[in-house]
Amino acid sequence: MRRFLQPRKVVAMRDSQRPGGPELEFFSRVARATTRRQFLRWSGLAVGVTAVGCGDDTLGPDDAFELGSGDVGILNLAYALEQMDAAFFTQATLHFYAGSSAEEQRVLNDIRAHEVAHRDLLKGVLGSAAIGELEFDFSTVDFTSRDSVLTFGIKFEDLGVAAYNGAGPLLTSAANLLLAGKIVSVEARHAAALRDLIVPRTAFFAGDDVVDANGLDRALPAAQVLAEADPYIVPAASLT
Amino acid sequence: MTQRTILDAIDDPELGGRLVDRRDALARSGRLAAILAVGSVPVALAAVARSAFGQGIPQSVAEVLNFALTLEYLESEFYTRGLAAGTLIPSADRAVFQQIAKHEAAHVAFLQGTLGPAAIPKPTFDLTARGAFGDVLLSYTTFKALAQAFEDTGVRAYKGQAAGLMASPAVLGAALQIHSVEARHAAEVRRLRGQRAWITGNESDSARLARFYAGEGNLLQAGIDLEGGDADTEAFDEPLTRDQVLGLIGTFIVA
Repeated sequence: MRRFLQPRKVVAMRDSQRPGGPELEFFSRVARATTRRQFLRWSGLAVGVTAVGCGDDTLGPDDAFELGSGDVGILNLAYALEQMDAAFFTQATLHFYAGSSAEEQRVLNDIRAHEVAHRDLLKGVLGSAAIGELEFDFSTVDFTSRDSVLTFGIKFEDLGVAAYNGAGPLLTSAANLLLAGKIVSVEARHAAALRDLIVPRTAFFAGDDVVDANGLDRALPAAQVLAEADPYIVPAASLT
Repeated sequence: MTQRTILDAIDDPELGGRLVDRRDALARSGRLAAILAVGSVPVALAAVARSAFGQGIPQSVAEVLNFALTLEYLESEFYTRGLAAGTLIPSADRAVFQQIAKHEAAHVAFLQGTLGPAAIPKPTFDLTARGAFGDVLLSYTTFKALAQAFEDTGVRAYKGQAAGLMASPAVLGAALQIHSVEARHAAEVRRLRGQRAWITGNESDSARLARFYAGEGNLLQAGIDLEGGDADTEAFDEPLTRDQVLGLIGTFIVA
């Protein structure tokens, strides 16, 4: 929580001082990121996003995607991530990167189909409580580059795994927990497959960067998941 | 033993109380979110379990964890013996199995540490399953096939136990973190075998593996059929009950 509040404070101070040059550029980037974070707003009590969202007067209630609280909030967070994954792999498979093998194309096509299934299933489960369709900004991805596509794909899949692992214990419905469990292991399979494509036949598929000394995968709180997804989500206010 | 020392060092009853006491306490605790973020819960779990559960881990939680420990004992012995079996695993693939073996040993130590005195001792295993996989330590093909079966079954087993851990969110969280590691293992082993990393329908490429995949072809999720066929079965892994898992691995357990 504190981590999210700190940059906000700094941004306010810097804005009033109106620094110039590279410093301005840096802080306006921070400001944009901090502001954007509001667009997926969590009203649950379990995470710190509410604290970030509250007291921000620059946004009206209609500008944000309210995830909701409790199980609905968690499923909406998952739905947002699945929308992102589906959009990413749809774009990655529209025109495959140069030099992609048939095997690589098959993996990417399969993952796209799975992410679409996850997205649609969660939308169906949430029904009228589902957040709207998000738009994404993948301008930092070079879809013609193998390294870029695979690296971002791994990033998104690892994030999904950590998100479900972190949020799972907060679910109150056993049915929702089981559903999340059915999905998260497939996200982990995706992560491992993509990792095996970029660094084949090594420890990297379940590398020490994601699995700790106890043999446990990452688990992230919703606030951090939102922060990591945030740069790729187009703010609601810019959608017409 | 090193593990124990670390766990003892961070033993903190107050933290334990916060983590495992009550679900609503969990929901209120912003600090917990931060703790989860840095991943210190896993390390803390054994201490938490020992201190906050007081006299001992609740019977229902201990049963789930001992069931998981049985699977991890089996997997750990399987990979340890596989890696020790001369030239069974080609050098090009050893790094993969060394990483898996490292994780399974860590899972054993982690679950033992969490259970403390309640942990069951390691059973005696027959890796050939009474001859069904007679050449498991002689044939790399058989070894890999069984590795796939163990990993995919491990994923299904943890998934099936998740609901039983809901009263202990910290334990559930750690179990989920093991669950996704098993899924990474499964994916990699499947790829080593030339298989897709995910499970299509209830298919397997070998008659000996068929029984491990019963039920994976489920097309109905939360009452919804997305009508995507094979892709939908791949997109959702299916759970197994404890009895179903023991039915699958029982022949590997001698006593």
